[in-house]
Amino acid sequence: MAEQTLIVGGLVIDPARKLEAVRDVLIENGKIRDVAAGLSKKSALSGCPKVDAKGQWVIPGLVDMHVHLREPGREGDETIATGTAAAARGGVTTLLAMANTEPVADSVAQLEFLRAKARSDAKVNVLFAAAVTVGQKGERLTEFAKLRQAGASALSDDGRPVMNAGLLRRALEYAKDLGLLVIDHCEDLTLSSGACAHEGPEALRKGLKGAPWAAETVQVLRDIALVELTGSRLHLAHVSCAASIEAVRQAKKRGLPISAEACPHHFALSDAMIPGYDTSWKMNPPLRRDQDRASLVAGLKDGTIDAIATDHAPHGCVAKSAGFDTAPYGVIGLETSLSTALTALFHTKSLTKAQLVMRMSTAPAALLGLKSKGSLAAGADADLAIIDPHVSWIAKAPFASKSRNSPFIGRALKGRVIKTFVAGHAVADAL
Amino acid sequence: MTKDWGRKDLLGLETLSAAEIEAVLDAAASFKKKSSPEALTGRTIAFLFSEPSTRTRSSFEMAALRLGAHALSFSAVGSSLAKGETMLDTLLNLQAVGVTHFVVRHERSGVLEELAPLVSASVINAGDGAHEHPTQALLDLLTLRERWGSFKGKKVVILGDIRHSRVARSNLFALKKLGAKVVFCGPTALAPDDFAALGAVVEHDVEKALKGADAVNVLRLQLERMEQGFIASLSDYALAYQLTPERAELMKAEALVLHPGPMNRGVEISSAVADGPRSVILDQVANGVFVRMAALALCDRGRSRG
Repeated sequence: MAEQTLIVGGLVIDPARKLEAVRDVLIENGKIRDVAAGLSKKSALSGCPKVDAKGQWVIPGLVDMHVHLREPGREGDETIATGTAAAARGGVTTLLAMANTEPVADSVAQLEFLRAKARSDAKVNVLFAAAVTVGQKGERLTEFAKLRQAGASALSDDGRPVMNAGLLRRALEYAKDLGLLVIDHCEDLTLSSGACAHEGPEALRKGLKGAPWAAETVQVLRDIALVELTGSRLHLAHVSCAASIEAVRQAKKRGLPISAEACPHHFALSDAMIPGYDTSWKMNPPLRRDQDRASLVAGLKDGTIDAIATDHAPHGCVAKSAGFDTAPYGVIGLETSLSTALTALFHTKSLTKAQLVMRMSTAPAALLGLKSKGSLAAGADADLAIIDPHVSWIAKAPFASKSRNSPFIGRALKGRVIKTFVAGHAVADAL
Repeated sequence: MTKDWGRKDLLGLETLSAAEIEAVLDAAASFKKKSSPEALTGRTIAFLFSEPSTRTRSSFEMAALRLGAHALSFSAVGSSLAKGETMLDTLLNLQAVGVTHFVVRHERSGVLEELAPLVSASVINAGDGAHEHPTQALLDLLTLRERWGSFKGKKVVILGDIRHSRVARSNLFALKKLGAKVVFCGPTALAPDDFAALGAVVEHDVEKALKGADAVNVLRLQLERMEQGFIASLSDYALAYQLTPERAELMKAEALVLHPGPMNRGVEISSAVADGPRSVILDQVANGVFVRMAALALCDRGRSRG
């Protein structure tokens, strides 16, 4: 007996098929069976469980390429169970977990542990990035072939840049040989050393050490040259400033296989908005100037930036209360990313519905090579979210995440996830 | 004298109004004229200094003594701060013991902005990181006001390591509010152009900066700035930026020379200028006690009222 669910009357937005129309969606055995008008009137489906989505959007589940789940090593801040519960609440059905756990995900044994843990604990699909270098120390490459066989979905030393250009060159060549995607955190540590904020008037006023935008762009330009040299694909994590975006735009015009992501905090907030020394506003790269924020929005609109990713980085209250200069970098974002994108990009008329879904689902699914995700085509995995794009709410703790280091707490957001389905099953329900 | 003051804390000058700044200066001037040995009888003032300090600390202790308050002094080393207790827990415990005022110096910018609202005692910032050092700037202001009467239209040059200086920031915020023009001068690494967005004129040519100035406040250049790569060497810095007698002559005839100390003679300032007729450096130190008396007394009343 087929397990079926029918989602009735929602506005289905599926940019992969250029579809944006009111349709019914039939889920069967964890897959999309059919997307069509009037399915709910078919007598054959009269006994099928139905979900009313009238007035709401039905979109392919979000794919978040940049998440820190903290397990193993820092289970007090987040676990695979709590991080994926947060993802489910935010409409994220697939996420890529970064490798900077303790110990670092740089070996077959670590990958096997992580995947087993995800099979038992995860509420959404979890993919794992493995480290580019052993221990993320930037000295010696990890064993890409073994890691690929063990299930690594990408390679990244995120949290740290690969400072050594010669080493990154070899990493890109080998990743290309094996068909793996390298994700680089662009930061020249000689320019950013000791910084806790964006270098500019705001940091000067508060007496905080800043990192200039060039700390990122210097590495972006280096990476673009290495992509051109090697012909390898490369994805840039969390780009944050105008000059980086312009560099990527030009590189794409030249046909280079480079892609980039932007984080909700970077396109919705700027350094002048940071209240005092609130460490829930401290992340790396830091919030930059408003003109950087505006160029992120422009980059998301014209496709220079392929994907929206949260860089969800949970930290407990004790660590975050260590003061702005010494508290750890990072903010959580899984439960607010869609709402923030709707508020800052859709309701401001910067992005269309289809562009928003493209950046949050279709494009990142394609970058990660996930052929049955990022679309609601018949046969695709039944990973989807039902959202109310217009409801207003105020973000507040507690979250499903174990941590509460969010700059969006107390902010008015417009639009919210109502239901999230993974493989046809509801994993998060009306909040 | 306190109608313009209702605060329990003195954390910085950026958030004060011109009237509040004048209120502290007025109170300091009045303490200078007439002693008040019983103004803070029965109060206990705790000094928490996690960075070394000679003059600020002794100046505050002298101020407490002259107001009849008890001084409870301890450093981070050997205290519970060094044992991992949070700063807030330390303050709450000392407050429970009976402390009425905290005078705090800390290497972290902004640390008091979060702590002060969480305690009922008065909190007075004796320097937080590279952020603010309000009583130092206030004693600079008192010293200038005694000579000038008003700040309107005056040109004050702050020369040296502005980037790392809480004295420069507090002076900038206050002098701007009182109507003075503030010029920040130093090499770009130590006097970044972004300070212009905060209202300073940034000038990297020391001679241009000093021309026609009414006062110059010379900041100490710390040796570690060389190791950190901000300057090539102390002597190279001195060649380009030291306040020499020749450079001092570019200012107005009656212009004043200030220095918050401790001085590196022969680095940022030549001895001839430091000890010369324009120098008001020891007046600053003397005024420091009165400014700190004013800060302790005003915050005490602000707290009692609140």
